[in-house]
Amino acid sequence: MATVRTLFDEELRELQQQLLLMGTLVDSAIEKAVDCLKRLDETGAREVMANDVVINQKRLEIEDRVVQIMATQQPMASDLRLLIAVLRIVVDLERMGDHAEGIGKIVLLHGQQPLVKPLIDIPRMSIKAREMLHGALEAFSRRDVDASLRIAMDDDEVDALHDQIFHELLVYMLRDPSTIERASYLMWASHNLERIADRATNICEQTIYLVTGKMEEINISKY
Amino acid sequence: MRNARYTKANMMGEEIRPIMVTVRESEETLEAPSAPAVTVEHLNAYYGTFRALNDVSLEIRARSVTAVIGPSGCGKSTLVRCINRMHEVAPGASASGRVLVSGEDIYAPDSDPVQVRRHIGMVFQKPNPFPMMSVWQNVVAGLRLEGISDKKRLEEVAERSLRKAALWDEVKDKLHMSGAALSGGQQQRLCIARAIAMEPEVLLMDEPCSALDPVATIKIEDLIRELRESFTIIIVTHNMQQAARVSDRTAFMLMDEERAGQLIEYGSTAQIFTNPQDKRTEGYITGRFG
Repeated sequence: MATVRTLFDEELRELQQQLLLMGTLVDSAIEKAVDCLKRLDETGAREVMANDVVINQKRLEIEDRVVQIMATQQPMASDLRLLIAVLRIVVDLERMGDHAEGIGKIVLLHGQQPLVKPLIDIPRMSIKAREMLHGALEAFSRRDVDASLRIAMDDDEVDALHDQIFHELLVYMLRDPSTIERASYLMWASHNLERIADRATNICEQTIYLVTGKMEEINISKY
Repeated sequence: MRNARYTKANMMGEEIRPIMVTVRESEETLEAPSAPAVTVEHLNAYYGTFRALNDVSLEIRARSVTAVIGPSGCGKSTLVRCINRMHEVAPGASASGRVLVSGEDIYAPDSDPVQVRRHIGMVFQKPNPFPMMSVWQNVVAGLRLEGISDKKRLEEVAERSLRKAALWDEVKDKLHMSGAALSGGQQQRLCIARAIAMEPEVLLMDEPCSALDPVATIKIEDLIRELRESFTIIIVTHNMQQAARVSDRTAFMLMDEERAGQLIEYGSTAQIFTNPQDKRTEGYITGRFG
């Protein structure tokens, strides 16, 4: 079966490269945001927030590219599904970027008052959510349905960590009302990470759509 | 029960009413699929000793548009030509298998090809109005051959057919002009009007837009969508976007190792163009081969 659409194939490859690049930008934003929270680094947090513009811009660029390809190449079947999947994934990635930005904002709100507790589970959650993001994008590149299903299941771990953090912080707040403000900031940070993991699950769903043509929700998140 | 619509005895007899009216009307209200309008069973077609179709079987739904797509030489045209027994007109051509139209085998020994073609209209790639006839004469040519001469009736049928073919407004003041004086797109719609004047059970279209400009093409495509309310349409097209736009179901054909046409995949148009199940269909419709 000879390939007769060299230019088109090249365009699709380039588009997926751009998608992975956007994924890397989002991943760095999450990593940096959580790191800034741990160290209460307000300068770094401002950088994370400023960088979100770059991520948003990337989304628009990729969407433009998809529209151009659709208009000029009349994609069909798996090509069409790939473009649809890319359109959906950039929305998820862009929102993950917003959640990283949200954590940046929390750092600024928190300011230089001491953390109510040293951060252990939030960084752990961040690592898990980022693993899901890496895995989801890798599985997308490889068109790997099994891996996508496995990665989506990891969302339960992130949910469990979020539960644990929530309850722990609740105990702090009950014990000492002066921690309420700072503890609720951390709750929001945890919430942002929980949402990031959900968005990674969405990417897994797009891989399954791309391969099978079926759009199904894998597991309905607890949140 | 055979109702012998295509037998010779019927040729000179009573006016043949369009049948299946009741069945077709009930289809609108009932969700359940009705009996297929055309059933092709183990159809093999030959040009001399060369086999052009290899064991093709499919069912065509009534009052829907079915597109047949595939690369050049895959047997699409041969398939539709077998559905109104036009195939055998070529020297040395023959076919085996069964083709049931509304349950009746058009290849039965007592079936008359002329009657078959009367019930199963065909529109060709190049518009072919009868050049020596006016627009009006073109539309009613078939009815006149049937022996219908009542002028009022012919006028009614001509107007109705031209309206259905979305041509009436453009030609109502030039009905007595030569059909050949119309534009290409108008000529093709005239040929469609001529075919539907006969109230065919099935309308076959073999690349009906490939000789037309984009605007005329869109007009024909819109017309096909409208005609499916009244007719069962089978369209052969090289233009996959066209198949995707106008059809309800799509059949994909390909040559086998001996260059005989085979049916590879047949399904709803939405499924074929978004999620084909056969790798060869995928390859063809994404433009990777063929």
